[in-house]
Amino acid sequence: MPQKTPLHDRHVALGARLVDFGGWDMPLQYGSQLEEHHAVRRDAGMFDVSHMRAVDVEGPRAQEFLRRLLANDVARLAARGKALYSCMLNESGGVIDDLIVYFQEAGRYRLVVNAGTAEQDLVWIGRQAGGYGVTVRPRGDLAMVAVQGPNARAKAAGLLPADDEAKALALETFFGTGLGVLGGSVFVARTGYTGEDGFEIMLPAEHVVSLWNRLLDAGVRPCGLGARDTLRLEAGMNLYGNDMNAQTTPLESGLAWTVVFDPGRDFIGRGALEAQRTAGVPRKLVGLLLEDKGILRSHQKVYAGAAGEGETTSGSYSPTLERSIALARVPAATGAEVEVDIRGKRLKARVVRPPFVRHGRTQIPL
Amino acid sequence: MSNNVPAELRYTKSHEWVRKNPDGTATIGITDHAQHALGDLVFAETPESGRTLAAGEACAVVESVKAASDVYAPLAGTVLEGNGGLADAPEKINTDPYGEGWLWKLKPAAIEDLEALLDASGYQRLLAESAE
Repeated sequence: MPQKTPLHDRHVALGARLVDFGGWDMPLQYGSQLEEHHAVRRDAGMFDVSHMRAVDVEGPRAQEFLRRLLANDVARLAARGKALYSCMLNESGGVIDDLIVYFQEAGRYRLVVNAGTAEQDLVWIGRQAGGYGVTVRPRGDLAMVAVQGPNARAKAAGLLPADDEAKALALETFFGTGLGVLGGSVFVARTGYTGEDGFEIMLPAEHVVSLWNRLLDAGVRPCGLGARDTLRLEAGMNLYGNDMNAQTTPLESGLAWTVVFDPGRDFIGRGALEAQRTAGVPRKLVGLLLEDKGILRSHQKVYAGAAGEGETTSGSYSPTLERSIALARVPAATGAEVEVDIRGKRLKARVVRPPFVRHGRTQIPL
Repeated sequence: MSNNVPAELRYTKSHEWVRKNPDGTATIGITDHAQHALGDLVFAETPESGRTLAAGEACAVVESVKAASDVYAPLAGTVLEGNGGLADAPEKINTDPYGEGWLWKLKPAAIEDLEALLDASGYQRLLAESAE
C-alpha cells in the first residue's frame, strides 16, 4: 500500500491524477501539466512535498558529525538559518542521497531528504552517528508545502500575522527561519526545486490542509509532480535516482561545486573522490538541447563521436523553451555536438551548460 | 471525464478512431478519451506517405510532456499522407482529436476490414468497462 500525505484527500477532491512516487501516492497533475508549469514560471504554484522527510540532527557535536557525513561543508553555515545543498556519499564516493541541510542554531541542524531514499538514509545516518552522541530524529509529524514562482512569496507571506510576514519576507535566498504562528511550530525557508523564487514551508501535519486551502484562496495554483519535474529539469537540477545514484559520484554528476576538499576534513567518500580526480573523471553530466524535432527522454543512447557514448539521464519537452532538453552522462571529452538515438534515428543535439531556465528567463542560446 | 465518441466513426481497443471517407480512403486519429488520458501533447510522428501498414502495427508516436505513446494501425493499407500540420501544432490532437488532430490518411487494403472494428456503442462500452 502506497503511503498518503495529509493532503491526499485534497488532491483527490481537486481532481488530481495520482501516481506512485517513492512509495507515496502523489498528484502527477491536477489538469494541464503545461499550465501548472507556466503558473510557477509566471505567477505562483504549490506542491505537496510532504513525502520528503525532515530529519533533525542535534547535539553538541552535530556540526562535527555532519562535516563527516556530508560532502559539502556545514562549517560554511555561519549564519543562523542558512541552508546548504549537499550529497551524502558512500565510501566509494557514490551518492546515497542529495539533501538540503538547514543550520538552525549551534548544535541543531535539519536535513530534508528524498522520499524514496528516506528509510535507507536513516539507517545510514544512524550507523554513522555512533560515537558523536547526536540525536537523529525523523520528523514524520511534519508536512511540507513548496510555494514557488515570482509571486509566491508575496502570496504566501500575506497569509501570516504581520510580524511573521515581515520575518518571512526578510529571508534571503537559501535561508530559513522559525515563525511565531502556531506556537512556533512552523519553519519557512526561501528554497525550492523549480529555479524560481519561493518558500518551502514545514509545519505540523494537522495544520497543512488549512494552509493549503488558504494558499488556494490566495490564488496559488496546485501543481503536480509532472510540472515539478519539467521545472527542475529546466533549472538544471538533478533528480536522485535518475541523474545520479550510488554508482555515480558528484564529480560525474555536475555537482563538483558541492564538494569541499578542505584540508583536514575526512568526509565519507573523500578518498574515492580524490582518487577519481587524480585518475581523471571519466564522465560528466551535461545539458542537451535537441536541434532536430522530437522529444528527449531518459535512457536514450548518446553518440559523442570519437569521445565515445553516453546516455540521457532525464529528458523532456521544455514548456518554457518549447524545445526538448535533457541531462546526459557522457564521456569527459565530449564536444559541443552529439547525436541521440530516438527510436532508432540519430538526432542532433547541442551540448549546453545548465540551467536552461532561471527566474522565468532562458539561460542558453536557442 | 472526456468521452466524446462520434457515432459515425469506428474504433479500436487501443483508442484509435477511423473515419471512412466518401472516396474510399480512411482517416485515422486517437480518440478524445486517449488524448485526455495522455495529457498535453507536444510532439507527433506520423507515418510517411507510401508506407505499407499491417493492421495492429505501431506506426505513429504521440508524445505528451511526460511520455511517448505508440499509435497502432487500425487497418492494413498504404499511407496516403501524414498530418503535417501537427509538426508545429501537436496540441491540435488535444483540442480537436476528431478534426484537425487527425494523424494519417490511408488507402485501406480492404475497406470491409472496417466492419471488424468497434462501433461507437461498442467503444463506449469499452470505456465504461475500463472505468470500473
